Amino acid sequence: MQKRVVFRSRLLPYLLVLPQIAITVIFFFWPSYQAIESSFFIEDAFGFSREWVGLQNYFELFDDPGYLKSFRTTLIFGVSVAFLAMSIALGLAVAANRVVKAATGYRTLLIWPYAVAPALAGVMWYFMMNPSLGIVAYWLRSLGVDWNHYLNGDQALLLVIVAAAWKQISYNFLFFLAGLQSIPKSMLEAAAIDRAGPVRRFWTIVFPLLTPTTFFLLVVNLVYAFFDTFSLIHATTEGGPVDATSVLVFRVYNTGFIGQDYGSSAAQSVILMALVIGMTFVQFRYVERKVQY
Amino acid sequence: MNVKSFLTATTIAAVAAPAWAADKAEVEFWHAMGGQLGETTDQFAADFNAGSDSCQINSTYKGNYTENMTASIAAFRAGQQPHITQVFEVGTATMMAAGDKGAIYPVYKLMEDAGIDFDQSVYLPAVISYYTDTDNNLLSLPFNSSTPVLWYNKDALDAAGAEVPTTWDELEEVARKLKENGVAKPFSFGWQSWSNIENYSAWHNVAMGSEENGFAGLGTEFTFNNDAVVNHIQRIADMGQEGTFVYGGRRGDSRAQFVNGETALWINSSAYYGGFKKDITDFTFGQAMLPVDTAVADAPQNSIIGGATLWVLQGHEAPEYKCVAEFFQFLSSAEQQASWHQSTGYVPITTAAYDLSKEQGFYETDPMTDTAIKQLSLNEPTPASKGLRFGNFVQIRDIINEELEAVWSGEKSAKDAMDAAVERGNALLRKFENANS
Repeated sequence: MQKRVVFRSRLLPYLLVLPQIAITVIFFFWPSYQAIESSFFIEDAFGFSREWVGLQNYFELFDDPGYLKSFRTTLIFGVSVAFLAMSIALGLAVAANRVVKAATGYRTLLIWPYAVAPALAGVMWYFMMNPSLGIVAYWLRSLGVDWNHYLNGDQALLLVIVAAAWKQISYNFLFFLAGLQSIPKSMLEAAAIDRAGPVRRFWTIVFPLLTPTTFFLLVVNLVYAFFDTFSLIHATTEGGPVDATSVLVFRVYNTGFIGQDYGSSAAQSVILMALVIGMTFVQFRYVERKVQY
Repeated sequence: MNVKSFLTATTIAAVAAPAWAADKAEVEFWHAMGGQLGETTDQFAADFNAGSDSCQINSTYKGNYTENMTASIAAFRAGQQPHITQVFEVGTATMMAAGDKGAIYPVYKLMEDAGIDFDQSVYLPAVISYYTDTDNNLLSLPFNSSTPVLWYNKDALDAAGAEVPTTWDELEEVARKLKENGVAKPFSFGWQSWSNIENYSAWHNVAMGSEENGFAGLGTEFTFNNDAVVNHIQRIADMGQEGTFVYGGRRGDSRAQFVNGETALWINSSAYYGGFKKDITDFTFGQAMLPVDTAVADAPQNSIIGGATLWVLQGHEAPEYKCVAEFFQFLSSAEQQASWHQSTGYVPITTAAYDLSKEQGFYETDPMTDTAIKQLSLNEPTPASKGLRFGNFVQIRDIINEELEAVWSGEKSAKDAMDAAVERGNALLRKFENANS
């Protein structure tokens, strides 16, 4: 039997989707259009005059080695954050799923960091890791590690990766836990009777059944790493030292808001938008095939 | 009247007009002074409001210098600009360019229109020369001006048996002694472009760019990849290799190193005085003039200021601008300036305030606090030492920061880094020239 809703009025269905369409148009299409438009102009800071320059803003970007390096940084950053945040969250979820006593208590504690605002999380890590004031930096020094993320680009990148991943673990944990709880107990028990150990059970039953969750989280985490980590980087390293932590979204901000170079900033936003659209497309086209619903 | 319009009317009335403020002209003042400085700034507004029955200045902290400038420009584009906004010295060229297009109400004209007697000659030349147009008219009101000085930890120097260095060669020696005596990070500095390139150049009378450091025209080009600056940066890099210099981050981030005693020689703004007086309790600190590089000049020229001025934005009502003018007059008075100078370490902007501080005996009770003002007025400023006026300089400073960090971490030599900074900086200067001519 086919389920089908029939509207008597022709207008009603359009009216019902209108709010969603309006939101998409106002908050996505309109700004995107404006970004594309301003990327073809050079404009003065106060907005008195603008000059059509065609693709010049784009050409300048691809001539700038710093911009190209930023792609590499963004990729390392995004992949590391997603991998770290997801693998730790999965481990914690599996552990929390086995806890019998006070399970709610553990879960609440693990979900807690998600309530911390990104900028706040950034400031917290900034203080803990500050080479002169930070407690963690102090411990590291007593272990013989010379921690100075003001100078050492790799350390700075590590710092923002850890901070960004830490922030996202709770979110991932929540989804993994829900996914784990929806796995039928009978299947696991049957496997156990067939003498499959816990590790074997995890890789042959639990993990494949979690692939829809994992795939969803992969998309969400990458988008998070590419866009939402701005305030965190802003509060900790400000893209430095040199440009070690200057990811694409931070450059958009730096060029547009610090430099008041709106044309170039808009061109960078357009490129970033194209990149994320392309990446999401690839993920749905190819990675999703491996997902078992 | 139907229900809807009644509701609208009451809402507007409730939002727009607290009854007590109805007869006072309100002026929005956005500033970038955080912490203790912010409290003092808000106090200025409160004191002024208390003494005025026609004006109400609303003083609001909007984040650091960059954030406040960005917020003000964004507000201007949206037609919501404040009357007064505080802009740091490197934003001057951007603000001036906007002034040519009618976004700015120049201070000399504001005072003239408000009928307030305004004598530009009472201000210190080294301070206002940075902010005047080609006809020597003052465009924005200097509010907080400082200059980099050499801060030192006297106890650490005494313990190492060293004197306060007056030349860079001596500084290197002293840093070595300090290191041997257990000081972890003997030498450091903040606002590196300002303290070690901009001021280093002015202090030795070396131009940083062509066209009188940008004062004479938008066609200016950078020249700070000259031998003097390159050798200087290389010297610091070598000190870093040796462990006698440790980089502590951009802006004032390295302040913590000095306060907790890890660093004993620190070059940064004289305006740290107020905070140091409060925060440093376990050692004696002092300030001295910047060291001289004897390979470049026998004697110093003069240093240049940093800090910020108050710009007035167009687009408001005349009575409100009258309040702005009165507020500016209040801020420039010798009493206000002297108390600001003495509590913060910023230099007084008028000669009268300097004289008043002398009369009050401030320099006897707090010795060396006139270091900054002495540095600024050491000699008549030359084209290479009267200040800088480069477009897009906020961004260019970030480029300089990046390139210097590459030197400190050993990725690049001083020469390569300065060449790269000049090249990247020039590209932005051309961009500014195109957008504003």
